[in-house]
Amino acid sequence: MPSFNGIHACKRSLRLFFLLVLSFALSNAHAQLRIEISGVGSNQFPIAIADLASDAAPPQDISAIVRADLERSGLFRMLPLAADSRPTENSPVAYGSLKAAGADALMQGSVTRLANGKYDVRFALFDIAKQVSLGGQTVTAPPEQLRQTAHAISDFIYQKLTGEPGVFSTRIAYVTKNGSRYDLIVADADGESAQTALSSREPIISPTWSPDGTRVAYVSFESRKPVIYIHSLPTGQRITVANYKGNNSAPAWSPDGGKLAFVLTRDGNSQIYLSNTDGSGLKRLTNTSGIETEPAFSKDGGSIYFTSDRSGGPQIYVMPVDGGAARRVTFTGTYNISPRVSPDNKSLAFIARRDGQFRLAVLDLQSGEERLLTNTSRDESPSFSANGRMIMYATEQGGKGVLSITSFDGKVRQKLSMSASDVREPTWGPMLKY
Amino acid sequence: MKTQIKNTMSATSAALILSLVAACSTTPISDKTGKVSSNQGTTPAAALSAPEADPRAVARVESNTTDLNAQMKGLLAKRSVYFDYDQFTVRSEFQTVLEAHGKNLLNNKSQKIVIQGNTDERGGREYNLALGAKRADAVRKVLNVMGVSDNQIETVSFGKEKPKAQGSTEEAFAENRRADIVYQ
Repeated sequence: MPSFNGIHACKRSLRLFFLLVLSFALSNAHAQLRIEISGVGSNQFPIAIADLASDAAPPQDISAIVRADLERSGLFRMLPLAADSRPTENSPVAYGSLKAAGADALMQGSVTRLANGKYDVRFALFDIAKQVSLGGQTVTAPPEQLRQTAHAISDFIYQKLTGEPGVFSTRIAYVTKNGSRYDLIVADADGESAQTALSSREPIISPTWSPDGTRVAYVSFESRKPVIYIHSLPTGQRITVANYKGNNSAPAWSPDGGKLAFVLTRDGNSQIYLSNTDGSGLKRLTNTSGIETEPAFSKDGGSIYFTSDRSGGPQIYVMPVDGGAARRVTFTGTYNISPRVSPDNKSLAFIARRDGQFRLAVLDLQSGEERLLTNTSRDESPSFSANGRMIMYATEQGGKGVLSITSFDGKVRQKLSMSASDVREPTWGPMLKY
Repeated sequence: MKTQIKNTMSATSAALILSLVAACSTTPISDKTGKVSSNQGTTPAAALSAPEADPRAVARVESNTTDLNAQMKGLLAKRSVYFDYDQFTVRSEFQTVLEAHGKNLLNNKSQKIVIQGNTDERGGREYNLALGAKRADAVRKVLNVMGVSDNQIETVSFGKEKPKAQGSTEEAFAENRRADIVYQ
């Protein structure tokens, strides 16, 4: 039995711990992405997310994280519940009153602190109209993984209600510029848990996730010229994939993660090459006297989309993965760059210059129909979410670089900004299989 | 700070300038460099007596990484070629300047240069990197036509990553659409 004093000391140290956590959070506030949402989806799903019943105060408010995740997607509308309503996963569902309040679904659950310091998180999801359970899960997680647990719950709900996988557990990477300092940052998809993978006094551009989500390939100017590296995130180990005479840039992973396509100027102008991810087995894919750049693999790995100025200005083309005859894909306007293939292989996101404005656009690869998704003027570097529902890109607001995420239909938009820094070069990571 | 460094120009850098100036004139190079190196010979002898006067004195030595580029005179001092928006054609007004650099490189076969291509901030980073490379390559080709070997030239692009002029004005854009010849 701990003495009264012991309990008191324990409480005091706990309070100190929370103060430390708070001050840490505040000191990091300037480095954190701030998210603003605008627009709503055409069909918002009304849902109630109950506060999890708990006998301990968990370090993360799981229900609040789930609500924020679902709201950010633009597909859900949160219905408030009574503040003191803390049902567990097993509590009877008040179908009648929830239906009267307009809810189509309800999530409720509990979080319990275990003797080993971990948390036992249980939740269940209910269809209010049909009055049935849609299933639930039990997750045991250490305190530092409770945010991830919350994102996994969001993914579960999203999948059950939309029929598509959620991307709340995915990560993003981007580059910040602060004066003459460049940082490659890896963060959760909601901008939280940001960590610096590389700091440099020279530019870092074109980061791109490996399909397995453990590595990022990028171009760093740290040796005073563009060189391609692959950076293993857990170990920080880097390998130089291409450091030839001239420029080395625009890395792109093959869908199986085995090859890297990139651009070299070692034989004159920018041309597309392919190699293994350790840089061996170099093979030239294009053979022109002009600019061939920004390779992007199709999702079946069979072809490569790229930017070429062979027609006079930059346009997007596609060629077989081993090189050979290329076919032009974009025909509107005089400047179309930065192709990225959607996960379903049916669309292309790219940047179109229209009336001097650089705007995010998508092209339906079957019909050839093109849609401009934004009305901003400095859009760059599009990147699809792993489920294809959203596209993240860099743009400018008030003379400063910010990241933006738009739904595929262009209706919902999130702006991710950082008070002090220029944010640019986003890349959205894959769904992780663990 | 910068002016200080310039003022403390070492004898070696002086020798290098002279050799460069010599390269442009008709006087044989060996004559002038010979004179400079004999001057160099007298300097250390004078410096040797200094420690006896004050054993705690610290003689400052500047490492001999010389910025050749800052010391160029006349046409060679002009080392930038400017381009139109979205373009990579070397305008005829830069022919005279490039001829001067071409002659200098032909006369100094061991001299190496890097041609750095740049763009204004509009458009994609990777396409601009490629456009900067194409500008640098266009300048390289002009020098090739004059007979300068590719062994003396490396081209590199910074795209829009290292703008010389800040801001989003037409003046800044024009200043940044540029290829620089940098002596190594």
